[in-house]
Amino acid sequence: MKTIKTCVTALISALLVFSPVAYADKWSDQFPHIKATGDIPGDCSYESMSKKNYKGKTLKINTHAVPVMGEPTALHAEQFAKLTGAKVDVTHTPAGDLYAKAMVPFQAGQAPYDIVFGFSNFINDWRRYLEPVPKKYVEMKQMKDVTPSHIGVASWDGVMYQFPVDGDRHYLKYRKDVIDNPEYQKKYKADTGKDLKVPTTWKEYGEMAAYFNDWDWDGDGEKEYGSAEVMKKDDLMYAAFYSRSAAYSKNPKTPGGFFFDLETMKPLINNPGFVEALTDWVEATKYVPPGGINFGLGDEIGSFGGGQTLFSFSWDDAFVAAMQPDSPINNKVGAAQLPGAMKVWNRKTNSWDEGFNQAPFFVWGWAVGVAKKSKEKEMAFDYLCFFANEANHQADIGIGRFGVNPFRNDDFKVDVWTQIGWDKDIAQSYVDTLAQMEQSKNRVFPLRVPGTFEFNAALATAAAKALAGQLSPQAALDEAAKQWEDILNRVGKDNVRKAYAVGVAMEDNKQ
Amino acid sequence: MNFKHKFVFLFPGLFVLIGILIFPIIFTIRLSLSGWNSYTPEMNFIGITNYIRLFTDDPRFWESFFRLSFLSVTTVILQYVIGFALAMMVWREIKFKRFFRVIFLVPMMTTPVIMTVIWRTFFHESLGPVNDLLGGLGVKPILWLSDPVIAKFTVIIVEVWQWTPFMFLLLLAGLLSLPKEPFLAAAIDGASPFRKFVYVTFPLMAPISIGAIIIRLIEASKIMDTVFVLTSGGPGTATETSSFYIYIKGLREFQMGYAATLSFTYLVIMIISLTIIAKVLTKLMIKE
Repeated sequence: MKTIKTCVTALISALLVFSPVAYADKWSDQFPHIKATGDIPGDCSYESMSKKNYKGKTLKINTHAVPVMGEPTALHAEQFAKLTGAKVDVTHTPAGDLYAKAMVPFQAGQAPYDIVFGFSNFINDWRRYLEPVPKKYVEMKQMKDVTPSHIGVASWDGVMYQFPVDGDRHYLKYRKDVIDNPEYQKKYKADTGKDLKVPTTWKEYGEMAAYFNDWDWDGDGEKEYGSAEVMKKDDLMYAAFYSRSAAYSKNPKTPGGFFFDLETMKPLINNPGFVEALTDWVEATKYVPPGGINFGLGDEIGSFGGGQTLFSFSWDDAFVAAMQPDSPINNKVGAAQLPGAMKVWNRKTNSWDEGFNQAPFFVWGWAVGVAKKSKEKEMAFDYLCFFANEANHQADIGIGRFGVNPFRNDDFKVDVWTQIGWDKDIAQSYVDTLAQMEQSKNRVFPLRVPGTFEFNAALATAAAKALAGQLSPQAALDEAAKQWEDILNRVGKDNVRKAYAVGVAMEDNKQ
Repeated sequence: MNFKHKFVFLFPGLFVLIGILIFPIIFTIRLSLSGWNSYTPEMNFIGITNYIRLFTDDPRFWESFFRLSFLSVTTVILQYVIGFALAMMVWREIKFKRFFRVIFLVPMMTTPVIMTVIWRTFFHESLGPVNDLLGGLGVKPILWLSDPVIAKFTVIIVEVWQWTPFMFLLLLAGLLSLPKEPFLAAAIDGASPFRKFVYVTFPLMAPISIGAIIIRLIEASKIMDTVFVLTSGGPGTATETSSFYIYIKGLREFQMGYAATLSFTYLVIMIISLTIIAKVLTKLMIKE
């Protein structure tokens, strides 16, 4: 009897101890995408979803074109369909049309899509048409791990409208094999009298990029260039400009607005800080690859990720693409915070404050919500929860082209990245960079006000004119500021102020 | 058949006309008098505010319009000259005439957006084959898409490549329908090929030339896909055309009311200018 008891106890213990592994094996066999981790138990795991029955129901999703965000959407839709029996229709739409494709039916009171993907800065325009994320999802374990910054980005006035599936920020990417190369350090010192190191200011960035421009510094028989940047008008270039401007214009001594003075709602984008940044950027056209002035995000990812440039700064994708095993520069790149500046504009004193200043830009990223008029809200939220479950998330963030980037505290652990083949010091520099940005008290968040598109488009057009040499930086930004005033008058200053105050509170660390 | 029966037969056509032509125009006019945008999602009435904004505070639209005029006139002239030359070539008895006729039509049969993506790849300044080839000949990379002046000509090259076959087709059809007698008379008089072209072929082809030019001008003035894919209107606003600007205002910035104002104004300008162009061409090319 005692032997039987012992055997039963051992069997039960073994089942309890190895049950997660048993799940992992079972699900990763069927779904190779999660082979590295297997299924990870949770409310929206593969195991949990397999218990749902959505047979006979159809879920309609509008997402971005393949691969960025479009590929993981389709992949997880296929998995979700297999697990739950639902039919999932995925429509792929170019980035520039995501807003209108959702907004037209929203305004007409229709819901052709249950789930709409877009950018997080659509939140103010979209929130009245989106279903708030139900409490049961907000309180799930997987949601508790989302960083406060990204909870803030997905929410409006404390209500979560966008389901976090992606985390975004701009940071610096550099070629470690060049910057850390003793021979190049010696040569750079001899030629310029300065140290070759990870640039901490935009001026240093420019000097190094110009030095390493237009010659074959990696010995592959092809010329390399200084920097790859998103400079193409209407292709997210305004975000790149804000990144370059933050150090010169986000002064921790002058809270109350980066884009506008919250008190007066006067646009700040033509102040000397922004002008200095645009002047630097015009200079940058000399050290980008030929045609770099027309680089969109895809070109930037391909250029830096393909080993064509020394520096780059934008979303994580170029870095993750560079770190994939098939990349020519795998484990040859490093990450650091965006460069800063040795002066920052003080709008109160109308003068420059001397001294080092740095401000991370929590740029908008991919966001997704469920239409208020959807008839399949529960299934829609289940799909999103499944999309972002621990196993899918860990697999997705290691694939550069997916566009899924870290937004959970767990993502900032070195092991997550060394497990997928990253060198430990590179993984460390990456997670340190992301963590430092989270901890910064001088952050800039994207503009999320009524008319965001108009504001950003006006700025992008003006900046593009300066880059193309059609206008001087000051004239271009004066033109943009004038247009911002016109937009303010059309939208209503108070409407914009009310919405802008939400973002300013985050920037001023009041939320 | 009484009067009512006639209406029964007219009604389907009338219904289609109202549905696809009259209603959209009336709706556009109404929309242009509203402030419909992302933050005012309704067809409110704001009078002529949008028109005042367009005529007093939107130089970008007018710049894009003049840029469009330059691009469309230049491309259509080039298409006409090249298309006429190719049509003359295969009009004569030459070897492989049928083969050339088909080959010359191929660009028109391809999908404009896909072909523009391919052209963009060709002209990519650092990765494209055009600069690679030029580099092999010792020529420095040309900024096909990122120099404000050169980018305009790149757009022209792609447009001319894509739509010259259309001009070729119309002109060849015209040439094939010409009467033989004037040419025989010219040959009996000993006219040189040049004089035959100037005094016989060209005047006889004038009516069809005017038609072809006007059709192409109408099409060229709507140029959107080439600009969208090739340059996105850049660098800066160097290749931005009216239709692309209207697209940005309407579907990127979601200023539906204002975009309708731009569209309607553009329609009126195009109707007036194309009517004038047709009259001028008729006066210049057709001699009584």
